[in-house]
Amino acid sequence: MVEELADQPRNQAEFTFSDEQVQLRTAVRKFCTENFDEQTVRRLMESDPPFDAKVWTRLGSELGVLGLCVPEADGGVGGSLVDQAVAVEELGASLACGPVFGTVFLAIPALVAASAGPVRDGLLAELVEGRRTAAFAVADRAGAFDSAAVTVTASRSGEQWTLTGTVPRVVDGGAADDLLVAADGPDGVALYAVDAARPGVDRTPLVTLDLTRPQATIRFSDAPARLVADSGEALRVIEHALQVGAALLAVEQVGAAQHLLDLSVEYAKTRLQFGRPIGSFQAVKHRLADLLIDVEHARSTTYHAVWALADGTDDPALATSIAQATASAAFARVATDTIQVHGGIGFTWEHQAHLYFKRATTDAALLGSPEQHRSRVAALVLDTASAERVPRVADGMPA
Amino acid sequence: MSNAADTDRVADLARQVVAEHDPKSVPIPEFLAACYDAGLSWVHFPEGLGGLGVSRGLQAVADRVLQGAGGPVPLGLNPMGYGMAAPTIREHAQSDDVKKSWLRPLASTEDLWCQLFSEPGAGSDLAGLATSAIRDGDDWVINGQKVWTSLAHRARWGLLLARSNPDVPKHKGLTYFVIDMHGPGVETRPLRQMTGQAEFNEVYFTDARIPDKHRLGEVGNGWNVAMTTLMNERSALGGSGSRRGAGTIADAVSLWASRPDLQTPVLRDRLSQLWLRAEAQRLTSERSRAAATVGGPGPEGSIGKLVGAELNQRVYQFCMDLLGPEGVLYHGYAHGRDEDASESGWRGPLQERFLRSRANTIEGGTSDVMRNILGERILGLPGDLRADAGMPWKEIPRG
Repeated sequence: MVEELADQPRNQAEFTFSDEQVQLRTAVRKFCTENFDEQTVRRLMESDPPFDAKVWTRLGSELGVLGLCVPEADGGVGGSLVDQAVAVEELGASLACGPVFGTVFLAIPALVAASAGPVRDGLLAELVEGRRTAAFAVADRAGAFDSAAVTVTASRSGEQWTLTGTVPRVVDGGAADDLLVAADGPDGVALYAVDAARPGVDRTPLVTLDLTRPQATIRFSDAPARLVADSGEALRVIEHALQVGAALLAVEQVGAAQHLLDLSVEYAKTRLQFGRPIGSFQAVKHRLADLLIDVEHARSTTYHAVWALADGTDDPALATSIAQATASAAFARVATDTIQVHGGIGFTWEHQAHLYFKRATTDAALLGSPEQHRSRVAALVLDTASAERVPRVADGMPA
Repeated sequence: MSNAADTDRVADLARQVVAEHDPKSVPIPEFLAACYDAGLSWVHFPEGLGGLGVSRGLQAVADRVLQGAGGPVPLGLNPMGYGMAAPTIREHAQSDDVKKSWLRPLASTEDLWCQLFSEPGAGSDLAGLATSAIRDGDDWVINGQKVWTSLAHRARWGLLLARSNPDVPKHKGLTYFVIDMHGPGVETRPLRQMTGQAEFNEVYFTDARIPDKHRLGEVGNGWNVAMTTLMNERSALGGSGSRRGAGTIADAVSLWASRPDLQTPVLRDRLSQLWLRAEAQRLTSERSRAAATVGGPGPEGSIGKLVGAELNQRVYQFCMDLLGPEGVLYHGYAHGRDEDASESGWRGPLQERFLRSRANTIEGGTSDVMRNILGERILGLPGDLRADAGMPWKEIPRG
């Protein structure tokens, strides 16, 4: 399977999926059905760590879907970001437990963007195989990097770097084996890797709204670190990771939103009130039709962003903000309306609606809210718009 | 599927037409008749009927050459002719002679066509229409009234749906005809709209006669024939790709850019929401087209009409709210009638476009019905209860 992905033509037409990608989707969906059914997700989300390390390793080693766009030279399969998106959509649909956000969305893309070297190459190989996991301890502001906001300092003694400082609310940070950390050093901000098991790393797990997406606040006290991207390239590496992460997060939202739409439609067909399926009432039917539009719009903008990042056919900052603004809003609306369509049962702990509602709320807040991305779109599109071809405005004088 | 030889043949024929009938110098009807004779009007139609019997996808090859040389977009000149009448004639007219007698002048735009479906008592519930068709020897005698008929005042032929049997359920008593708009008993009156313009018409039939050979499809099968027409309307609306920011949203963005004195953060956010909606729909249309090239259009196609209509209204409402007191003026309600084939309301000042946009959520299927279609045909939700199910048409309450 993964070998076939590497042999695809590189310039795939936008929105056209190859047979190999269709097979990939089927394989990941099957894996998720077998390993991330609702009962398993509920058990894992209240375990410590909140995922099954063996299953995670299988995702990397057996299915090979953790680093689909990692070049072959770096131990990956040399697929494209489109391949990675197809896998992420299915993982999102089932709320697959594991450090998808920290490792797949952010750490692996950051390492791919960094220059080759023993530290980076070694980390990448372990993450892609699923033998280790990573979190991205880099604070973002609405999905963009702000070097002035870095709260960790790096100092060097001979060849050995150490980090000191605190990074709050690191997603997947509690159980990660490796932490990628932005720290301010003598030459400016650079990206370092810290082995979380080494001394000087103190992690405080946080109770999260969405139990399937854990966070921890991490305090570094002279923690030994290895340089991954020096100050010459760290900014580019971090920005790239945040853009890829934002696009993949949007893909996850599409997968989860589609799952909820299917769930709500099925319920509206089978739930009877007043002697009829509730989906025959226009109040319910029209609500679901509007959700369909939102999900389709989210899918279109999101895959456009993925293609734009894969082949450079559009401004990646604009494309990812369009996708984030659309997909975050869509998933949040589908999740709220799913509860509404299900009525009383939709508000219970036993129903799955709340798991997705909490994921929707969390995803919308991470890497920039829909409002923040919309504001960025406005800055890129409206604030620079030219007043050409302004339509005529009637002024009250007869034509 | 098309092969390279067909592609070359279509392109060669198109270049030949352009060489022999330069669209920049010969009259448009002559050029379009030459296209018809060369089989380039609808390349998937049979030879001799304006086609070449090749894949429909190759129409784009012909159009690129023909329109690239300055040729017109025929759908804009004879919208009902190209978009609806031609495919219905091809499929349902009784003989090749009849087909040829209609198709060539249709293609050349010498004969414009209109569609006589909606009635004062049958809008969303089209199958409930009342215009009667009574058999009399070799003719049918038509009595009744149609409404909302664009181009009826310029059309030579009309596609008419009429009731041939009032004693059976409504869908089963309809027959489809082509009527001579210049014949006796056909009276076309302008229908003045809220814009002040008369873009549409009312058409009255008083003992108008249609020869039976101008019947399309079997007696009583008019509903199914009409579905051919409407399917083609929908795929014609699918249209070609558009640039980012083009279309109605461009009016709002350029007006915005032209008036920095009126800009506020609240209006900026409102416009950015509209821009995102337009962009998401544009990308969804692109995705729909990509899906159509690899087998059958996806659900994305049906969404465009609904989203586009509501977006138009919101865009022009935004323009009016931006202009404030300056906007509530007009260029005059003097009774006008545009002689061009395309709709005039979209070329007038903003305030006229604002008024014209109110029809968008009614014409071509109300947004309420569109949501039913999305809910029932795409999501598979059950239909609403119908009070007239199975009832003979003449017993259905009307009013």
